[in-house]
Amino acid sequence: MTDEAPMAAPTETPTAKKKHLVLWVPLAFAVIFFGFFAYALYFGTDSPQQRAIESQMVGEQVPEMDLDPAVPGRPGLRTADLATGEPKLLNVFASWCVPCITEAPQLMQLQNAGVTIEAIAIRDRPQDVYGFLQRWGDPFNRIGADPNSQAQLALGSSGVPETFVIDGNGVIVHQHIGEIRPENVPEILNALENAR
Amino acid sequence: MIAETGLAALWLAAALCALQLLFGIAVLRGNSDELSSAVRPVAVVQGLLTGISFLMLIWLFLRTDLSVELVALNSHSAKPWLYKFAGTWGNHEGSMLLWVAILAVAGGLVALFERRLNERTLIATLAAQAAIGLGFYAFLLFASNPFARLSPAAAEGQGLNPLLQDPGLAFHPPTLYLGYVGMSVAFSFAVGALVTRDVGAAFARAMRPWVLGSWIFLTLGITAGSYWAYYELGWGGWWFWDPVENASLMPWLAATALLHSVTVLATRDSLRAWTVMLAVVAFSMSMVGTFLVRSGILTSVHAFAVDPQRGTFILALLVLYIGGALALYGLRVGTVREGSQFEPVSREGALVANNLLFTAILGVVLIGTLYPLIVEAVTGEQLSVGPPYFNSTAGPLALLLVVVMAAGPLMRWRKDDWKKVVNRISLPILIASLVLAILMLAVSPIGILPTLGLTLAAGVGAASLAPLWGRKLRRTPLFTWGMVIAHLGVSVCMAGMAFESSFSEEVLVASRPGETHQVGPYTITFLGTEPVAGPNWTAIEARLSVNGDPEDLLRPQSRMFSSPPTETNEAAIRTAWNGQLYTVIGNGDGSGRWQLRLWWKPFVTWIWLGGVMIAFGGLLSLVGRVRRERRTAQREAYA
Repeated sequence: MTDEAPMAAPTETPTAKKKHLVLWVPLAFAVIFFGFFAYALYFGTDSPQQRAIESQMVGEQVPEMDLDPAVPGRPGLRTADLATGEPKLLNVFASWCVPCITEAPQLMQLQNAGVTIEAIAIRDRPQDVYGFLQRWGDPFNRIGADPNSQAQLALGSSGVPETFVIDGNGVIVHQHIGEIRPENVPEILNALENAR
Repeated sequence: MIAETGLAALWLAAALCALQLLFGIAVLRGNSDELSSAVRPVAVVQGLLTGISFLMLIWLFLRTDLSVELVALNSHSAKPWLYKFAGTWGNHEGSMLLWVAILAVAGGLVALFERRLNERTLIATLAAQAAIGLGFYAFLLFASNPFARLSPAAAEGQGLNPLLQDPGLAFHPPTLYLGYVGMSVAFSFAVGALVTRDVGAAFARAMRPWVLGSWIFLTLGITAGSYWAYYELGWGGWWFWDPVENASLMPWLAATALLHSVTVLATRDSLRAWTVMLAVVAFSMSMVGTFLVRSGILTSVHAFAVDPQRGTFILALLVLYIGGALALYGLRVGTVREGSQFEPVSREGALVANNLLFTAILGVVLIGTLYPLIVEAVTGEQLSVGPPYFNSTAGPLALLLVVVMAAGPLMRWRKDDWKKVVNRISLPILIASLVLAILMLAVSPIGILPTLGLTLAAGVGAASLAPLWGRKLRRTPLFTWGMVIAHLGVSVCMAGMAFESSFSEEVLVASRPGETHQVGPYTITFLGTEPVAGPNWTAIEARLSVNGDPEDLLRPQSRMFSSPPTETNEAAIRTAWNGQLYTVIGNGDGSGRWQLRLWWKPFVTWIWLGGVMIAFGGLLSLVGRVRRERRTAQREAYA
C-alpha cells in the first residue's frame, strides 16, 4: 500500500511525537489470529462432519445380501455374485444423484477396459433407474435394488456415489468415496490389478 | 464470444486497476500532479468494465451456454430462469466476480460523486480501493476464472439440484456481499485519510453514506438469514450462534459501532482515531467472514465447499490488507491530532459507550467463534462453543447497550446534566417500571434475561419515540425519523425475542392418528401420515387438522435425503397476527405412534419485523443524509 509515500505537506501538525506501543496492539492481535487461521488451514484436522466416512468393511467379506432386480430384465445382486474368482467393481448409485451423472463416462471407460461392474441402486424406482441408464449410459452387469438403504448401510457406505473394489473371494479391498473423476480411473484400475 | 468479451473486460479492468494504484501513488508522492485528473476517469471506466464482465456472465447463465465450464457445472437448461439468473453467483467463481464487480462499481461511484472531500484524500482513497481490487482480480484471473471454456461442450449442465432452488438462497448471498463490499469503501476512505493525515469531519461525511448503505444490506441479510434458518432447519430456533451466522454478525456489530462513531466525527469532529480503527475492524470482519465461509476451516450447518488452496489465497489477501492497514494505523494515527473535546455526560459520551459495548460484544462473539480453533491448535482437542456461552456473555452487554440507546438520543452534544437527562426519559422509565411490575406480579415467573428484555423493550420503545416529542413532525429531518424507526425496530425485535423465549409453549408427544393436542390457542388433531416423494428425497408427511377443521391442514414433513444421507424436518408454519404455530414431525415408533413437536410462539414474527424496521430506518437516514449533503454542496457551489 501507499503508506511509505512521503508527505508533501501534512495537513495537521503532529502533537504526539512519541510512539505509543498501544497503537501496535491491534496489529499484534491480528497477527496472532492470522497464525491460528494458517494453522487451521494447513494442520487442522478435519472435523467429523467434513470428512467422508471410510467404511469399516474394507478388508472384510462383502456382507450377506440378496437384492431384487432394480430394473426389469436385469438380474438382481446377491453376495455370491461378488465372489466369482474375478475382481469386480461394486458401484453404489441412484438416479436422483447428480454426481452419479458426472462419473457415468468414467464408468463406461472402465467397462470398455474390460472391468465387470455390479451396481446397487439406492432408494430408487425402476422407471427412474431405466431412464437414468438410457440417458447417461449403462456400464452395469447386475443391478440390485436397495429401497431402504439396508445393503448400503451394511457395506458401510455413507453416501452416493461410492465404488468398492472387490477381489475374487468377495473381500472388499478398496473403497472410493464420491464420484470417479477422470484422474481417479488409473487408481481404480490399479486397485483391481492388485486384487488379482 | 460472450465469454471472451467478459474475460477481456475483466483483464482490461484489472489493468486499469493497476494503473489506478500507480497513478494514485505517483500523485501522492507529489511528483506528477498532472496525473491527478486521470485517477477519477480510470476508476469509473474500471467500474464499467467489471460491470460489463459480470453482465456477460449473467448472460451466459441465462442462455445456458454449456461450452463454458462454470455454466456446465452449475446450471441446467431445464432450470427456471430465476435460478439460472441466481446461479450466476451461486458458485465460487461467480460469487468472486460479483464481489469484484460490486467493489469496482462502488469505486467508480466514489470517483463520480464525491466532490466535497479533499482531492488528495480522495485520490489516496481510490488508490487504496485499487489495492484491494488488484488482489481480487489476481484471485479471479489466476485461481478461479469464471469464463473458462469447456471443450467439447457438455451435452447438458449438471446443476439441477432442487435443494438449491430456493429464493432465500438465491438472494441472500448478494445482499450480504453488498454489505461486505460496502465496508471496503469505508476502509479505503479510512486508509486514504490516514495516508494524507486528513482524518476529520469532511472525511466522515464522505464515508458515512457508504457505511449506512452497507449496514442496511448487512441488517437485511442477517434478518433474512435468521428467518431462513428458522423455517428451513425445523428446529424452531431463529439464531444458532453458528460460525457462518457469526461471520455475518461480526461485521454488522463493527459496522453499527462505526455508524455511530462516524456521526460523532461528522457532527462534532471527535473520535478521530477511534473511527478510523472501527473502519479497519469492520472491513477486517467482512474479510474474515468471507474467509471463514469460503475456506471451510470452520464447519457449520451451512457448510460450503472446502478448498484449502483458495483459502490460502484469501488468507494472503487478509494478511496483506488487514496487516497493512493496521501497520499504517500504528505508524500514522499517533500523528492525527485529537479532535474536539467533550464531557463524559453528553451525546458523545453516550455514543462512546455505544461503541465500547458494541466492540465488547464483537470481542465476545469473535472469541467464541474462534475458540474451538484455538483450543485445537494448542491442545489438539475438538470442541464447540454453543448458545449458553454467547447468551450469557453477549446478552447482558446487549441489554446494557439498549439502555444507552434509550438515553443517548435525548442527550445534548458536548455537555449535559444527568438530572436533566433522567428528567427527559422519565416517561419511558415509568412505562418500563409498569411493565416490570406486571411481569413480577401478574405473570408466572420467567427468566431474568426475558424479564429485563420485555421491561427494556417497553421503555426503549417509548424512549425511541421521545426525540419526536414536541417537534413539528413534518419539519423533522428524514435522518431523525430514520434513527427513531431504527431504534424502535430494536425494541420490537427485542420484545419478539423475549416473548419467544419466555412465553413459547412446546408440546412433544408420541401421537396416534385421531389424537388431539392443545398448544397455545390451537387444538391440533393428528389425522395420520402419508408417504411423499420428491426429486431426490422421500418423506413422511403428517396431516394435522387445525381447530377441528378437516379442510384446514398443516403438513409438516420428515425428509430423507440419500446423498449425503441426511434427514431434515420441513416444518409447517401457521402465522397469525399474534404469533406462529410451528409444527414438526419426528420419527415413528413402528407401532403407529409418531413423534410430534408443536410450538406456539407468541410474537416471534416481531424479531424479523424489528430487523426490517432497523434496515428501513437506515434507508431513511441514508436518503436524508444524501439529500442534505447535496443541498449543502449546491449552496457551496453557488456561494
